[in-house]
Amino acid sequence: MTGHAQAGRPNKLLRNLNAKIASIPMILTALVIFVGGTLWTVFYSFTNSKLLPRLSFVGFDQYERLWAAPRWVTAIENLALYGILSLIFSLVIGFLLAALMDQKIRFENTFRTIFLYPFALSFIVTGLVWQWVLNPDFGIQSVVRSLGWTSFTFNPLYTPEIVIYGILIAALWQGTGLVMCLMLAGLRGIDEDIWKAARVDGIPMWKTYLFIVIPMMRPVFITTIVIIASGIVKVYDLVVAQTSGGPGISSEVPAKYVYDYMFQAQNLGQGFAASTMMLVTVAIIIVPWAYLEFGGGRKRG
Amino acid sequence: MANIGTLNTTAAGIDAVAPRLGDGPSGPKPRPRLSARNIILYGTLTVAALYYLLPLYVMVVTSLKGMPEIRLGNIFSPPMEITFQPWVKAWAEACTGLNCDGLSRGFWNSVRITVPSVIISIAIASVNGYALANWRFRGSELFFSILIIGAFIPYQVMIYPIVIILREIGIYGTLTGLVIVHSIFGMPILTLLFRNYFVSLPEELFKAARVDGAGFWQIFLKIMMPMSLPIFVVAMILQVTGIWNDFLFGVVFTRPDTYPMTVQLNNIVNSVQGVKEYNVNMAATILTGLVPLIVYFVSGRLFVRGIAAGAVKG
Repeated sequence: MTGHAQAGRPNKLLRNLNAKIASIPMILTALVIFVGGTLWTVFYSFTNSKLLPRLSFVGFDQYERLWAAPRWVTAIENLALYGILSLIFSLVIGFLLAALMDQKIRFENTFRTIFLYPFALSFIVTGLVWQWVLNPDFGIQSVVRSLGWTSFTFNPLYTPEIVIYGILIAALWQGTGLVMCLMLAGLRGIDEDIWKAARVDGIPMWKTYLFIVIPMMRPVFITTIVIIASGIVKVYDLVVAQTSGGPGISSEVPAKYVYDYMFQAQNLGQGFAASTMMLVTVAIIIVPWAYLEFGGGRKRG
Repeated sequence: MANIGTLNTTAAGIDAVAPRLGDGPSGPKPRPRLSARNIILYGTLTVAALYYLLPLYVMVVTSLKGMPEIRLGNIFSPPMEITFQPWVKAWAEACTGLNCDGLSRGFWNSVRITVPSVIISIAIASVNGYALANWRFRGSELFFSILIIGAFIPYQVMIYPIVIILREIGIYGTLTGLVIVHSIFGMPILTLLFRNYFVSLPEELFKAARVDGAGFWQIFLKIMMPMSLPIFVVAMILQVTGIWNDFLFGVVFTRPDTYPMTVQLNNIVNSVQGVKEYNVNMAATILTGLVPLIVYFVSGRLFVRGIAAGAVKG
């Protein structure tokens, strides 16, 4: 469709001039903010900038300091644990709900509305609600105790060892509805004849799901995993609202570490180094996906 | 050919009968309504639904109780005496730092941030998408690719350079600055949304308009825009909920006077001073969640399309 608009004509610069003018905001954003900003941050992560960015290079010092800091190591461990668990549980719960919803049920719209509404709420709202539900003096713990089980203890947000699970509960409550919607769309995209064929062959339903349907939904799973994963790396608001990183530093996450060092501890170099590590993490997730999706001969089913 | 024809007829026959029998894709026999399968199915879904609804119920119930009742009872018990005092306090009196005028300030700040951000980001992104779909020029795909890859880069990596740029222009800490930031970070996903939509429109329309002598803007305003109302609505839903719910940009790019509602809410609830007024906190939380919830309930299916398209934005 653009053949006539390209190549080999005079006045190349003036061709599609309006389109070029209209694209200036996009070009500026792509080059100045996304490329420029990222390079700037990576570049300055090799300096010992404190209150203000300044150009005195210290090599990998900031990174050494970063990985020697217990707070950063905790943040990474939390992110890894939270990430793996939330990936697994989101996919499992989302898929199960979608499979149940796909049984030609009544009130499908009502159920879908209920499962998805938390996703409309911000992480701040989600975090504050669950802070209240998990409150040891009034919430689940106190309710169960008042029923007679007086030694019952369920106090994740104030217990360093399990605080990350408290955050996970809230994150799953907020996010599984979306996963369910994506999975449901994937299930609906599967040809009805597949089900009929499986039924004719007498294959039990769970086997049909496990060995036929799920492999056919590979593209949906990949998209969902990328969406969940890029959300996991960014997790910030939820932790701030639920625990502010506490008790102590036990629910620290990388995004919060970056914010605290850049805007509160006034140690920019540490902030830049930490954010560069976040960038590396995302690259590790995105590059294989981009390769699968756009690289070697696109196969879309 | 004949075989396939017969097969199709048979399939059509089954399809016609199946809904009347009310059976799912799992079994050939008609089932009674109260089968074991249905009990398990609806039972599981109902339990799950209750779990998802529970926090909303707790929020509403808590916000309608007085503090003495909260200290006595459990969070699941309905209020014995309904009071709207916590709502009034959350809206107009609760303290955040220096100001004690409640969430109302944050609410209006959020409105003043969201409205222009949504309009500007959609205006820019729709024109971008249109240029990318119909007027490609050398390099346009490259810039677009950078933009899309940029959507995956954690914001933390780009935030500080933006702080510097805004400070240099002299709009750091103002609502204008935050509007620009939202417009920038909304661009990748919205541009993708519009580009894909415009590509899907029939090319003949565009060609016919060109033959008739219409230019870049004329075609956009008179042909493309009127045909794209649904996608504009999807983009709007995506942006309104996304920007309203934002916390990180709000806390980085504004000052206490210009804090959006989410930031103010977090400050009210997580402030260390004073007695914790849980009822006021929950009323404040509901108030902050109300706008995206209304958008969600009003827009229904379009919301699902919007978030599915924009979930990448986080």
